[in-house]
Amino acid sequence: MARVKLTVNGSEVSREVEDRTLLVQFLRDHLGLTGTHVGCDTSQCGACVVHLDGHAAKSCTILAVQAAGASVTTIEGLADGDRLHPVQAAFREHHGLQCGFCTPGMIMTAVDMINRHAGRLDEKTVRHELEGNICRCTGYQNIVKSVLAAADEMRPGLSLSGLQAAE
Amino acid sequence: MYPTTYHRPSSLAEASRLFAEAGDAAYISGGHTLLPAMKTRLAAPENLIDLRHVPELRGIEVTSENVSIGAGTTHHAVSQSGAIRQAIPTLAAMAGTIGDAAVRTLGTIGGSVANNDPAADYPAAVLALSGTIITDRRTIPADAFFRGLYETALEEGEIVTRLSFRLPEAAGYAKFRNPASRYPMAGVFIARHRGGEVRVAVTGAGNDGVFRVPEMEAALARDFSAGALKGITVSPAAMLSDIHGTAAYRANLVGVMARRAMENLGSAVAID
Ligand SMILES: Cc1cc2nc3c(=O)[nH]c(=O)nc-3n(C[C@H](O)[C@H](O)[C@H](O)COP(=O)(O)OP(=O)(O)OC[C@H]3O[C@@H](n4cnc5c(N)ncnc54)[C@H](O)[C@@H]3O)c2cc1C
Ligand code: FES
Repeated sequence: MARVKLTVNGSEVSREVEDRTLLVQFLRDHLGLTGTHVGCDTSQCGACVVHLDGHAAKSCTILAVQAAGASVTTIEGLADGDRLHPVQAAFREHHGLQCGFCTPGMIMTAVDMINRHAGRLDEKTVRHELEGNICRCTGYQNIVKSVLAAADEMRPGLSLSGLQAAE
Repeated sequence: MYPTTYHRPSSLAEASRLFAEAGDAAYISGGHTLLPAMKTRLAAPENLIDLRHVPELRGIEVTSENVSIGAGTTHHAVSQSGAIRQAIPTLAAMAGTIGDAAVRTLGTIGGSVANNDPAADYPAAVLALSGTIITDRRTIPADAFFRGLYETALEEGEIVTRLSFRLPEAAGYAKFRNPASRYPMAGVFIARHRGGEVRVAVTGAGNDGVFRVPEMEAALARDFSAGALKGITVSPAAMLSDIHGTAAYRANLVGVMARRAMENLGSAVAID
């Protein structure tokens, strides 16, 4: 057993867990943050993506003890009260989901992607950057549209170029 | 996953002492090979020794002769390093094609080299760039380090601390991705070194892990152009053969990827 202290969505948390506890189990089973999903056993689907010290990471492929001391953001930490994060709003607006299972991971990956590219994205880059996120409904068309719309929203100086590229 | 006990050393000496004392132990860096293996119970070390907090494994140093990368450097950090992009742009670009963005956040160069997966990208780069593997015990040239499938020259408990590369005059990398795993089915790294030596290293395709292609190296040393590769083939007898592709298919891919690498010097191309 190990005492794991983390900052999750801005709050300090501390739990006594088995050393083998994956970060995703820590979030879901110990903190009740069930927005982060588990879709595979092979580190390939991306349903579990969270931000670890500001970068996208698969929470099914890191132990909670390894993450101890780090700052973690989950899908629950994105919205500002009732105000959705621009990526969440874009997924709703552009219907970037079908069953919704992959959505938390897609959104966390999208936020990281938009940050890394300073909002300057085109369709090809978005599709390439979604390499590690699988949508079993194959709803990629609207997911890509949502990411491009959010990127435009989040980029200083509004432009519709990205949106048009997706259409 | 079976139970395991986690240790977090804060120095190289402490890491190697913990390993020696712990009995059944494994080092863990990014964990992006080891943890999937532990989840499926292919690996079950009783002790995990985390190298992510060992300062000796950190840092990137670039001079006019040499690039030295701490073993704990993530694929993301290598791909984004301005100094590496300038010194060996193909190496930075290649790191940016490994797995996906989340894999690159945690996966490390040291873990990849120590693991020597026959389909991993780094072994081809290290071999073609004539890299040096620096450990807590010694310095090992790439030619003596990679020894077949998942086998390396590392001894029990030995820790890779840094990877060192002399600056090539030119380099290129091209890989064809396995449509399911996304690891290379064939990846070819080509480097021309000062003095004219050319090294060609292939990952993903060989049935004994990463390997060099002397015929291509000789032809490219005479004429460093894609055209010089015309007519040179590798033998299917040395290729992997599985449900993803026959030996003959992989042998052909090696030739095609070598040509693509030459056509894209200074970058890394990943073909789907
Ligand atoms: C979905 C997915 C896709 C991937 N795609 C690719 C790909 O396309 N190409 C590719 O090359 N790789 C790919 N990888 C593998 C990834 O790059 C791994 O991160 C890497 O191979 C291993 O690095 P690590 O730091 O995660 O090592 P770990 O998993 O931490 O360790 C791997 C092995 O090396 C040992 N080890 C680790 N560090 C050291 C050290 N410093 N000294 C001595 N021994 C050490 C460990 O004990 C273990 O046996 C993928 C992984 C995943 C999960
Ligand atoms: S649950 Fe983490 S990648 Fe699938």
